[in-house]
Amino acid sequence: MNAPIGREIPPPPASKPLQDPTRARLRKLDTKQAVTSEPLWLQRILIGAAVLYLFLLLFVPLLTVFAGALEKGIAAYLHSFGDPDTLFSIRLTLLIAAIAVPLNLTFGVAASWAIAKFDFWGKNVLTTLIDLPFAVSPVVSGLIYVLLFGKQGWFGPLLDAHDIKIIFAVPGIVLATIFITFPMVARELIPLMEEQGKEEEEAARTLGASGWQTFWHVTLPNIKWGLLYGVILTNARAMGEFGAVSVVSGHIRGMTTTLPLQVEILYNEYNYVQAFSAASLLCFLALLTLAVKAVVEKRADRARKDAVTAPGKG
Amino acid sequence: MESTTISQPKARARLRRKKHPSVIPGFGLTMGFTLLYLSLIVLIPLSAIFIKASHLTWPQLHDLITDKQVLLAFRLSFLSSAGAALANGVFGLLVAWVLVRYRFPGRSLLDSMVDLPFALPTAVAGIALCAVYSQTGWIGSMLEPLGIKVAYTSLGVTLALVFIGLPFVVRTVQPVLEDLDKEVEEAATSLGANRLQIFTKLILPAVGPSLFTGVSLAFARALGEYGSVIFISGNLPMKTEIVPLIIVSKLEQYDYAGATAVACIMLVLSFSLLLGINLLQKWAGGAARSR
Repeated sequence: MNAPIGREIPPPPASKPLQDPTRARLRKLDTKQAVTSEPLWLQRILIGAAVLYLFLLLFVPLLTVFAGALEKGIAAYLHSFGDPDTLFSIRLTLLIAAIAVPLNLTFGVAASWAIAKFDFWGKNVLTTLIDLPFAVSPVVSGLIYVLLFGKQGWFGPLLDAHDIKIIFAVPGIVLATIFITFPMVARELIPLMEEQGKEEEEAARTLGASGWQTFWHVTLPNIKWGLLYGVILTNARAMGEFGAVSVVSGHIRGMTTTLPLQVEILYNEYNYVQAFSAASLLCFLALLTLAVKAVVEKRADRARKDAVTAPGKG
Repeated sequence: MESTTISQPKARARLRRKKHPSVIPGFGLTMGFTLLYLSLIVLIPLSAIFIKASHLTWPQLHDLITDKQVLLAFRLSFLSSAGAALANGVFGLLVAWVLVRYRFPGRSLLDSMVDLPFALPTAVAGIALCAVYSQTGWIGSMLEPLGIKVAYTSLGVTLALVFIGLPFVVRTVQPVLEDLDKEVEEAATSLGANRLQIFTKLILPAVGPSLFTGVSLAFARALGEYGSVIFISGNLPMKTEIVPLIIVSKLEQYDYAGATAVACIMLVLSFSLLLGINLLQKWAGGAARSR
């Protein structure tokens, strides 16, 4: 697009930028009476419709969880966490996240290092394969481990002979959780590291830094916010996974019930207050994840703006 | 000389790689670990399902495909996923439009809440939606006098899938709307186009590919969804059973062959969807660049 015809030619870019207050006033004028916007009444209707839609779809279910948890008062809410089965499920969920998240974090960092910092044949195929678990239904993700390690599975007789249990036991839940959250850290990091290029690492190496020093002092500070969000997201999904875990767990109380499975059991027993109390913990986790995401995005935005304006300063 | 080297970037890259190996270390280590972990966790377990399915005999497969319960589940999964994806196409575009174009109090809160279906465990979403839309729930009790039943019907299944698919459409359309050049709209206005014409002839074609991608992503996700659906659906045999539930109930009856066969069909479906979406994104990306 060139300059529109029949208009004043805009001032050449070399001229001094407008003073900030003037610019702000102009921008305000622009959004209020711009020709490229809808009349105010239509704006209000559209905003109202979108807000109502999101309210009904997102906020009402969220509020229902808290309302259900507090239905019989704070005392009953707190009392539901005294239930030994619920307490056990919280502990098991923490344990599973403590195993699955570090493993997937290590993988995510290694994979994005290999993919973003080097050129090799088949890179696109590798990236697609890493994304594969997202395309698999949670139920199928559980099923594949049943086919491998279940009683009738490939390794079933072998495991039986050595008295090792994977399916209907904790190792199976860990495996299914790792599968479900597999691509998350790598997915956050690969675009971030590709955008940052490899010049900084190359410079560090030329100046005599070792590989690990380069990673700790150059790469890590650059990716820390994306890494943090990837970890938080992985953690949220690891603690909240239901479908895959439900297939491999066998729902043995006090043995293989994670917090989401405990929510299901309590709900199916019409024990609503306890079910919603347990669910409220998972809601807090989700809200925390969203808050971290908002903070990380704001930081990334600011960093990008700094990068754009920095050359102009000199 | 300069022009010849630039005109052959591929050859130059190959040369560079041969002569100067990267100074960045760790390729062998990270690549080795990546491939090992990927094979152990994803590739070998996934191949198990196809190998197991290849042992099925034709009569077994025939029985399965003509089983009325399985067929009805596929029908429900397809129709409700398609309905939910379409609803998300319309409302997701509305939400993305409002979030990008208008400024109003609470906008950034709404913006971050759009990701709630990603972050909220599916079981929690399931019991919450069921509680809201059951006959005694906040909204369910209001719809009941109107003769609309949501919980334990296919409408309820669709609603849960709308919830799950919301972020896909909004998050794929949003960046494209943000990047739209306002000058084009100004030019169209000065040439006498009204807002409706600008929307249907300028904005919609520009957002079209990303909107379609978002809708297909929501559809793919909806097909496999389990946790948020099984509570509100009530799992009435032949009425509100979805395909993932069929897999689970076959497993509970120790019918491993049946579960594997259904899972295999689902995997082939979702992989082809994924492939299609990838090609679509490539095409959309190319279209955006050539504009």
